Amino acid sequence: MTMEFVINMSLFVFLGLTAFAILKLRALFAVVMLSSVFSLVSAGLFVLLDAVDVAFTEAAVGAGISTVLLLVTLSLTARREKAPHRAHAIPLAVVFLTGLALVYGTLDMPHFGDPNAPAQTHVAPKYINDTEREVGMPNIVTAVLASYRGFDTLGEVTVIFTAGIAVLLLLGASIREPDGVRIQTMDHHLVLRVVTKVLIGPILLFALYVQFHGDYGPGGGFQAGVIFAAAFIIYALVFGLENARRAVPGQAVRILLACGVLLYGGVGLISFLFGENYLNYSVLGATQVAGQHLGVLLVEFGVGLTVSAVMVSTFYAFAGQNPPISDEDW
Amino acid sequence: MTALIVDAFSWACLGAGSVLVLIGTVGLIRLPDFYARMHAVGITDTLGADLILLGLMVQAGFSLVTIKLLLIGAFLFFTSPTSTHAIANAAFTSGLRPLVADEETEREPAEEKGDQA
Repeated sequence: MTMEFVINMSLFVFLGLTAFAILKLRALFAVVMLSSVFSLVSAGLFVLLDAVDVAFTEAAVGAGISTVLLLVTLSLTARREKAPHRAHAIPLAVVFLTGLALVYGTLDMPHFGDPNAPAQTHVAPKYINDTEREVGMPNIVTAVLASYRGFDTLGEVTVIFTAGIAVLLLLGASIREPDGVRIQTMDHHLVLRVVTKVLIGPILLFALYVQFHGDYGPGGGFQAGVIFAAAFIIYALVFGLENARRAVPGQAVRILLACGVLLYGGVGLISFLFGENYLNYSVLGATQVAGQHLGVLLVEFGVGLTVSAVMVSTFYAFAGQNPPISDEDW
Repeated sequence: MTALIVDAFSWACLGAGSVLVLIGTVGLIRLPDFYARMHAVGITDTLGADLILLGLMVQAGFSLVTIKLLLIGAFLFFTSPTSTHAIANAAFTSGLRPLVADEETEREPAEEKGDQA
């Protein structure tokens, strides 16, 4: 029994316990905090699986931004879940049977790390052998994500873009900036203000590092986008929504939201006009590798732009809501 | 010889850090009220985590890993006490008052101490 196995197992036990506690608790504030813990433990598991890129995103989105969004939502609704007034025998049976079917389904899956699994024998060898020659970047994950599978990633970015638009439509992001300030500024929290000021700079720098170092190490547009957005959300939380809107107006964020996807699609279109396939960056530079490098850099920047703009505008939309329940009613 | 001293220093840091984290955890479970628990976790965790990082830095030697650990340490050094402060502040603002010993409870532990002695 290796050390890694022990750590893996204890993390999985933590994950299970957290999920169970989330199910049993009725205090929604604690549920939000536990869901944040759940994401953090998952991020730890991803690191152990050597999926550092995924761990980045999970930690920033799951433990950070989505927790903030859930807390803002909580401030608009009740803090306690209503006790169920119906027996839940049938839902429990459905869930149990579905779970059994899923577990049965995993029996056919190849073992973890099996060298003969289809994922390892089908396209992975091609990526591992040819990335150095064709794309010329040390981080194969970025090469696969942005170059070989550029279409998939374009689809993902479009999904995020659409989700952001949907949130803005549902919550009604007014073009005119609202007069009233919803989130109270934390004027009395001197310590938080000072520490936040110290931290925002390094967080933004780190986001830029993750963005532009994605060719060489773990990182890329998705991770950088959420980290970048996290810095702005922290600023809005501590210094108030009005100040954040003054620094980054909602209108500008909405324009950047579209710019990212347009940049991604535009790079594809340019390679198309140069007489190559859509999203084949090889024609963008003097050599194939140079072209791929430029293309991946631009495409990743587009991804980062859209992701961070979606995160920030979603937060603006949530935080700009008027609370239907006053503080005293809790 | 120097290598041995460096190694011993590193392991002393790792051990002390682990013990502090353990003490903080025991305090979190055993102490009577919210603020006392925050006190136990907040203080021991910051020092414990930074000591563990220091031990790891010495183990790693002069490399990129050391600089990354240093950055993580600096980040924890700022964020950990701040979050403790924020949680305690939020609890106080929402009306939770610290458990203060009144006359009676103050005398009892003193008597217990006397008994043990």
